[in-house]
Amino acid sequence: MSKINFTKTAFHNLFHKPATRMYPQQPRVYPQRTRGHVSIDINTCIFCGMCMRKCPTGAISVDRAAKTWTIQRFGCIQCNCCVESCPKKCLEMLQQYPDPSSEKYTESFSQPVPPPKAEPVKPAQTESAGKEQA
Amino acid sequence: MEQQNIIGIDPRSLVPEAMKLKTEGYRLVQICATKAGEEYELTYSFGKEYEFLCLRYNVPNGGEITSISNIFAPAFLYENEIHDLFGIKVNLLTLDYKGNLYRLEHKTPFH
Amino acid sequence: MSMRSVVPFGPQHPVLPEPIHLDLVLEDEKVVEAVPSIGFVHRGLEKLVEKKDFNEYVYVAERICGICSFMHGMGYCEAVEHIMDIELPPRAKFLRTIWCEMSRIHSHLLWLGLLADAFGFESLFMQSWRLREKVLDMFEASTGGRVIFSVNKIGGQRKDVDNDMLHDFLRHFDEMEQELKTLSKTFLNDYAVCSRLKDVGFLTKEQAVELGAVGPFMRASGVALDNRKLGYAAYPEIEFEPITSNVGDCYARCDVRIREIFQSFDIIRQAVGKIPDGEVSVPVKGFPKGEHFMRVEQPRGEAIYYVKANGTKNLDRVRVRTPTFANLPGMLETLKGCQLADVPILILTIDPCISCTER
Repeated sequence: MSKINFTKTAFHNLFHKPATRMYPQQPRVYPQRTRGHVSIDINTCIFCGMCMRKCPTGAISVDRAAKTWTIQRFGCIQCNCCVESCPKKCLEMLQQYPDPSSEKYTESFSQPVPPPKAEPVKPAQTESAGKEQA
Repeated sequence: MEQQNIIGIDPRSLVPEAMKLKTEGYRLVQICATKAGEEYELTYSFGKEYEFLCLRYNVPNGGEITSISNIFAPAFLYENEIHDLFGIKVNLLTLDYKGNLYRLEHKTPFH
Repeated sequence: MSMRSVVPFGPQHPVLPEPIHLDLVLEDEKVVEAVPSIGFVHRGLEKLVEKKDFNEYVYVAERICGICSFMHGMGYCEAVEHIMDIELPPRAKFLRTIWCEMSRIHSHLLWLGLLADAFGFESLFMQSWRLREKVLDMFEASTGGRVIFSVNKIGGQRKDVDNDMLHDFLRHFDEMEQELKTLSKTFLNDYAVCSRLKDVGFLTKEQAVELGAVGPFMRASGVALDNRKLGYAAYPEIEFEPITSNVGDCYARCDVRIREIFQSFDIIRQAVGKIPDGEVSVPVKGFPKGEHFMRVEQPRGEAIYYVKANGTKNLDRVRVRTPTFANLPGMLETLKGCQLADVPILILTIDPCISCTER
C-alpha cells in the first residue's frame, strides 16, 4: 500500500494537453462511418417505398402520388436499413447528427409533380412499379 | 454446441424435483413464463457448472403455482416478476410483494 | 438499545445514475435488511416482440441497455440463429468476439470510473473515463455508433472491419494497456481506495452459488464459471481462463474486473491474429420455428436470451434474464450487516444496470 500512486498521473496531466476539446470552437471530426442522419437525393428517388417498409421504427413515409418523401427526424434511429435497401442508392447516411430541437419535427422532400400532359414520365413510373414487385 | 434439456413435469412434482436438484448442487438460473394459447407455460432453468437443465409445466389462465423460494432463495424475485407481469398467483412466497416489485402504473394484463 | 428505522434508498441517488429503490431497515447505522423494488424504467420490451418482425427486433434488443448494447443484440441474434440452424462465416464470428471484448473493456472502465466516483476520488474517475473514451472512438470508427452499434443482424454482421483498422486498434490497445497499468496501481494499492474496499461486503463461495450470483461478482467469490467457455462466437478458438479471486469482498471484485480488462486486451490480440478473410454474413431465408436458451457472458455476467418462435415473422416470446437481476439476491445478502455509509459502494460492486433488469 502506498500513498503516492496517483502523483505520476497527476503530474502527467499538469504538463500535458487537456484530453478534452474546446467543443463549439473546435468542431468534432467524425469518422467516416458515423451514422448521423439520413439525407436523400430527391431527384433520383423513384418513390418505390422500400425504405418505408424496411424502416424498423416507421419513421419514413413515402407518398407516391404527391411525390414526397418524409422523415420524422426524431423517430429515426440511424440504423442505416433504408440506405442499404434503397434500389436507386439515392439515400445516404451523413456524419452530422440532426440538430437538437424543442419539438419533434418531420422533414419533407418533394419532387416537382410533372404536368399531366407529360407522356414520357408514365413509362418510367410503370417501370419502377414493375421493379418493386420483382 | 450445448444441448437444450427441457423436461416436462407435472405441476405437483415441481417442489420435489426442485428439492432433488438442490441437493445435487444446482443453482437457479431463471424462471420464465410464456403465454401459450389459453395457458401459461412456466420454465424453470437450473445450472450446475456449465450444465443447463429446464423443468417445464403448464398452468391454465387464472391458475396458481407453488413457490420454490423456500428451496432456492433467488426464486422470490422471478416469481414476483411473473405475478406482476403475467398475473399468475404464486403461493407460499418467502417475500410477497403483492404486485409491487414492478412499480408500474398499469397492472397486468397488458393487452 | 438500538433504534430501528427504515431509510429509503433511491430511485434518485447521487451514486447511481439508474433508478432502483431499496428500503433499508437499519439498526442504528447497521443495515439488517434490504428490500428492493424496481419498475421505474420498465418499457415492456419483451412484449414488443409480438408486434415486431424478428429481424427488426435486433434493434429493440440492442436498446435494452446502453452499455452492453452489442451483447444484447448479439445474444438475441445467436438465439435466433440457433433456432434457424444458421452457421455463421468465421470472419463474422471473430468480429463478434472482438466487439464483445471491446464492450467488456468499455463497460469495466465505466464501472471503475463509477466506483472511483462513489468513494469520492474524482480525478481517478476522470482518468478511467478518459481511457474509456478511446474505446468509444474505436467503436465509432468501426461501427458508426458510439453506444448503439447496429452491426448485428441475424445471419452475421452488417459491417466488415478491414485488417488495417484492426491493427490500428491493436496499437491503441497497447497504449491503453500501459495507461491502465499505471491507473490500476491506484485502484489496487492506494491507501484511500483500499480502506474503502477491503473487508467490505463479503460473499462466500457457497452463498454465491446458492444465491445464483453471476459474472465478476460470482468469480470474485472463487467460482470459476465463464459462459464464454460455452463456445459461442469465436471463443472456442481463443485461449483464456476465467479470472477468479478467493476473497469475495469489494476489493476482490475490483481486482477481478481490472484483470478482466487485461484479459480482454489479450483476447482481442489473439482474435486479430487469427481472423480469417471472407464474408461477414449469410443470407437468411424463411422464418424461425422452435425455441432456444442462449447463454452469453456479458461484462456484468451471464445473460440468458430465451426465444420462442412459431414459424411466422413475429416471435412468440423473447425473454432476457439479465445479470443484474440474478445478482440482486446476492447483493441483498452482502448488504445485511454492513454500515449505511458502505451501502452505495456495495450496490455499485455488482455493477447494477437497472435498465437491463427491467427491460
